[in-house]
Amino acid sequence: MADTNREIVFNNVSKFYGEVLGVNRVSLTIPPGITSLVGPNGSGKTTLMNLMTGLIRPTEGTLSVCGLGPDQPEEFFAMVGYCSQFDSFPRGITGFDLVYNGLMLHGYEYEKAYRLAMEAIDRAGLVQAAHRKVAGYSKGMRQRIRLASAIAHHPTILVLDEPLNGLDPMARAETIALFQSIAQEGLHVIVSSHILHEVDQISDQVILLSSGYVVAEGPIHDVRTDVTDHPMQIMVRCSDPALLASKIFAMNHAVEAKLHTDGKGLLVRTRDVNNFYLLLNQIVESGALELEAVAPADDDVNSVYQYLIGSEGNSI
Amino acid sequence: MSTLQPDWRKRFSQLRAVVTIEMRRYFFTRQALAIYLLALAPVVIIGLHAITSPLGRHCNIAEDTEILAGIIQLFYVHLGIFFGCLILFTWLFRGEIVQRSLHYYLLAPLRREIIVLGKFIAGAVTTSIIFCVAVSLSFIFMYGHFGPKGQQFVFDGPGLHHLGAYLVITVLACFGYGAIFLALSLIFRNPVIPGAFFFGWETISSVLPATLQKFSITFYLKNLAPVELSGKGLLSVFTVVAQPVSEFIAIPGFFLFIGLALYFACWRMRTIEISYAKD
Repeated sequence: MADTNREIVFNNVSKFYGEVLGVNRVSLTIPPGITSLVGPNGSGKTTLMNLMTGLIRPTEGTLSVCGLGPDQPEEFFAMVGYCSQFDSFPRGITGFDLVYNGLMLHGYEYEKAYRLAMEAIDRAGLVQAAHRKVAGYSKGMRQRIRLASAIAHHPTILVLDEPLNGLDPMARAETIALFQSIAQEGLHVIVSSHILHEVDQISDQVILLSSGYVVAEGPIHDVRTDVTDHPMQIMVRCSDPALLASKIFAMNHAVEAKLHTDGKGLLVRTRDVNNFYLLLNQIVESGALELEAVAPADDDVNSVYQYLIGSEGNSI
Repeated sequence: MSTLQPDWRKRFSQLRAVVTIEMRRYFFTRQALAIYLLALAPVVIIGLHAITSPLGRHCNIAEDTEILAGIIQLFYVHLGIFFGCLILFTWLFRGEIVQRSLHYYLLAPLRREIIVLGKFIAGAVTTSIIFCVAVSLSFIFMYGHFGPKGQQFVFDGPGLHHLGAYLVITVLACFGYGAIFLALSLIFRNPVIPGAFFFGWETISSVLPATLQKFSITFYLKNLAPVELSGKGLLSVFTVVAQPVSEFIAIPGFFLFIGLALYFACWRMRTIEISYAKD
């Protein structure tokens, strides 16, 4: 049975901005772990995040975050940290003051607020620039100070809207490691990103959005399995790919088999992946070929994205 | 009961945090510059008057007392504090929306009522300090140049009572106009138009029926003024008190008025959504 005190639950939620659709009839249950929201611009990712954090209210439906709603701000925002996409700050503020003021609003004593602020700034790698004005920060630094502000109070739910935008490769790797360490503590990390291979790298589950609708949700492998319109692609590296190709064409679920240029690999497209693996087992057991590696070739966010939404992931 | 106490303590420290954060900004903004100009303009004029009339050579205390009463009741209350509060209080939330920084408050674990109250207190204290300093300087310049006669009027006569009353009027005006403009800024995207309407309302409130007069800030403040103005012609519109009430009714009535405006602002704030794109 679902534990709503540990899950984020959307129940038939719709949001309209006047006549413009934000999201429509979204019903979702998001368990702890890293969940990525993926979709093109205008698909409803930010709307979903703003709904989750109470910055906007649903036109219809209800939602709860670990059993609480934004109408209980004192408890709700003590456990939620939101790194929004708004690249704006109070005028004239320094990085330290941004984080410190946020903590003072939590009602912390000065010493504790100072300690937590410095700890978060340190985690974001901005100690040297902490007392400089945010207006003079680079885009990546502004992104990191927002992240510091979102994690400073040690939230159990971290909502991150395009958190990797503007970060250099080193900072990206560090930020991803930070998300992973937070998720390993059993916390929620909800991330929206345009960079699909990074989403792939970090996500436990994905939510694919298009034009305000949830197109698919769940662990990426499950989502891929559900996409029956597109045959699964499997790369097999073995001693005799030609033999394997001849055997699988005897089965009617195989759609295509393509020999790799090095002569040691075979890319198979099949409509029935379970039967394919069964056949492969039988061939290997019979000793007709030696198997080196088997791996799904399109069991990733980018492929699922292309199949369901239909554009190149990296160019969203 | 014991479980509630820490919550209130926490809310108080959150309120203190909002007031502190806000007050650090208000004294040094572009808006504050306009308020300084409004507040200090009469001080400069009275200062010039004091220089040109040393020891009260070309004037007398009775006449200057009426002039000061006019400056405070007609300029400060009707114009200076009114527009000063219009500038500052309509910017409290509107400014955050324009600068796209309101979400920092909305994502903090504090009730939205505390944000409204904190911003209101910070704004009211800021305007009160600026205008009280200006009123005090006006008072000092107005009586200072009379020399011993002026000292006698201030310390042995009604002078200090007048100053006290003017400062109370100034503070109440800042709180009253502040509450109204804060509430208006949460309804209208451009609060200047309803602000102009409210200015018209405040101006003509003296000639309205007694019941309607009670929905005006100046109605309550006029009753606290230590010197009655004898306006003539058009000026009488600003100075007449159609239905005088005692200060024991005026002050609670005034706070009821402020309370209603703030209650509305809090209610509006609870339902507010972030939609920077539209603004």
